[in-house]
Amino acid sequence: MSEQHTPLWEVFIRSRNGMSHRHAGSIHAADAEMALQAARDVYTRRGEGLSIWVVPSAAIIASDPSEKDMMFEPTGDKIYRHPTFYEIPEEVGNM
Amino acid sequence: MANDLFTYTMRLADDAAILSQRLAGWCGHASHLEEDIALTNIALDQIGCARLLYAYAGEIEGKGRDEDALCFNRNEREFTNLLLLEQPNDDFAYAIVRQFFYSAYVLLFWQALKSSKDERLAGIAAKAEKEAAYHLRHSAEWVVRLGDGTEESRSRIEEAIEFLWMYTGEMFEMDEVATALAEQGIAVDAAAIKPAWNKSINEVFARADLSVPTGTWMQTGGRNGEHSEHLGHVLAPMQYLQRAYPGLVW
Amino acid sequence: MYTQSLNTAVQRDGAEEDPQKLAAFQAKIDREEKIEPNDWMPAAYRKTLIRQISQHAHSEIVGMLPEGNWITRAPSLKRKAALLAKVQDEGGHGLYLYSAAETLGISREEMVEQLHTGKAKYSSIFNYPTLNWADVGAVGWLVDGAAIMNQIPLCRCSYGPYARAMIRICKEESFHQRQGYELLLTMMKGSEDQRQMVQDAVNRLWWPALMMFGPSDKDSVNTADSMRWKIKRFTNDELRQKFVDATVPQAEVLGITLPDPDLRFDEESGHYVYGEPNWEEFYNSIKGNGICNKQRLKDRVKAHTDGAWVREAALAYARKERERREAGKQAAE
Ligand SMILES: [Fe+2]
Ligand SMILES: [Fe+2]
Repeated sequence: MSEQHTPLWEVFIRSRNGMSHRHAGSIHAADAEMALQAARDVYTRRGEGLSIWVVPSAAIIASDPSEKDMMFEPTGDKIYRHPTFYEIPEEVGNM
Repeated sequence: MANDLFTYTMRLADDAAILSQRLAGWCGHASHLEEDIALTNIALDQIGCARLLYAYAGEIEGKGRDEDALCFNRNEREFTNLLLLEQPNDDFAYAIVRQFFYSAYVLLFWQALKSSKDERLAGIAAKAEKEAAYHLRHSAEWVVRLGDGTEESRSRIEEAIEFLWMYTGEMFEMDEVATALAEQGIAVDAAAIKPAWNKSINEVFARADLSVPTGTWMQTGGRNGEHSEHLGHVLAPMQYLQRAYPGLVW
Repeated sequence: MYTQSLNTAVQRDGAEEDPQKLAAFQAKIDREEKIEPNDWMPAAYRKTLIRQISQHAHSEIVGMLPEGNWITRAPSLKRKAALLAKVQDEGGHGLYLYSAAETLGISREEMVEQLHTGKAKYSSIFNYPTLNWADVGAVGWLVDGAAIMNQIPLCRCSYGPYARAMIRICKEESFHQRQGYELLLTMMKGSEDQRQMVQDAVNRLWWPALMMFGPSDKDSVNTADSMRWKIKRFTNDELRQKFVDATVPQAEVLGITLPDPDLRFDEESGHYVYGEPNWEEFYNSIKGNGICNKQRLKDRVKAHTDGAWVREAALAYARKERERREAGKQAAE
């Protein structure tokens, strides 16, 4: 008999205030409370965290890698969005 | 007074040590990895707590016994832990109910001990309180899930509750040692935290529609070194190396 | 670590891969770009990774047992805490690795079943018994030491999730070897009995630790794919040599004798020369005939079977809660 699957959750941890939450890994848990506890017990054993998010893995909508060119290439040539595109005389100082 | 304080501190130390030994038995054998890791975290908190308390007790005693001498070189009759904590890991329900009954109690206990006139105990209590709060949350959520899970889980947790209930009375006993120290503002009036404990048990049980046992007969003896048969078997492996090769450093 | 039995070639499924995609894939790897879960990858790459990562995960989990054997008997509170934390870390490693494998389209439940039915392998090192307390130190020093040798290059593995899991694991590993070595040092400074325990443990674990790197290169079946795909970056013998070179001086500091009469430093090559491990024993253990093989698996299966009602209860509660929420919503509408 094959076993019923326990849902997968993605774990995001804020390591310090001022930092954003970062993906730490995944865990399995039957519900949100258990997921939160498991995330705490598994991923913050060395003082790594101040805040945890858990998200059902199934709830994540990911972009398709085969659409990478369409999705991300068009911004590649918009160099005018970057500060270094503009020349400012040195005497102006930091800007 | 120094003697009372030593006795009192040793009780708390033995509680932590025996419970950690029981919890450690799950490591590598729990129902799933996440829970294996969670139970070990609780065990590690208990070891940390035991070390602080034994070390302090050794200082109070002043005979040069360190944490390990106190933990690994005393006999069954000298151990003064609560009977509840030496009860075996018959199954996960037993482990969870044991943890839940104790955590619900000891959280209140540490909260009260935080204002002890004894600074060392107050300091240890402040640290242990946060740990106990999480142990309570973890065990309470499991009580609810086992109680309101499947038929099998419900019958297993009902059995564990029924069996372990008679060991809960001991937590609220006040003997001469505890009373004398409580009068000096050092010890906790354990009897006084009973209503709050009842409330916390009732609330969690209500979430899973579990009933609180009505039995009033309570076992006692742990604080005087009169134990169930289980304690000897907890100590035998735990103390084996220290007993077989006395006086060595490991 | 624990990748030893990977060295058997993955069976090619009859289906041919699209040569263009294959070339682009290989080019990406050659540029040291990581492959991520949803990226296109050849079926054989996926299959190799699933097998390697799951074996690695199983090894971490089964590896909890030999050391776990001493948790309740640790001779001091400090050692008990260190050992418990260490064995727990191994459980965590198993968990990270199962998660990494899950990104390739296999579930944890499936992998666990493969372990329990004997379909999946784990590192043969964990089929040796831990017979005295010094074994705990020797496992930390030698087994975790060998594991670290194996795992560090895996942090640069071409598959992103595996590499990331390995980075986290390697960070945690660093205390494992040190606590083991320190434990042995403490015992060596102790009584004659303690020194004998250390020597006894090292005598039993030295050769198995060397065999953790897998068969000799001349007998290894086809590691070419793994090398080309940058899953593997060093051959078994290269890693074994690194391990021997690093470990022999540590044994000298410890003051124990390594059980290899052929062991000597070769001035010319600047490496230690060591004897031939007993490969027959190794293959036997892989086949399931090691002294603890059956026991280890039995213990794993028991924990899982005994825990089935717990997992079911958690799922049943979650389902009921969901239903109650739904019903609540409908009632409110
Ligand atoms: Fe590990
Ligand atoms: Fe390790």
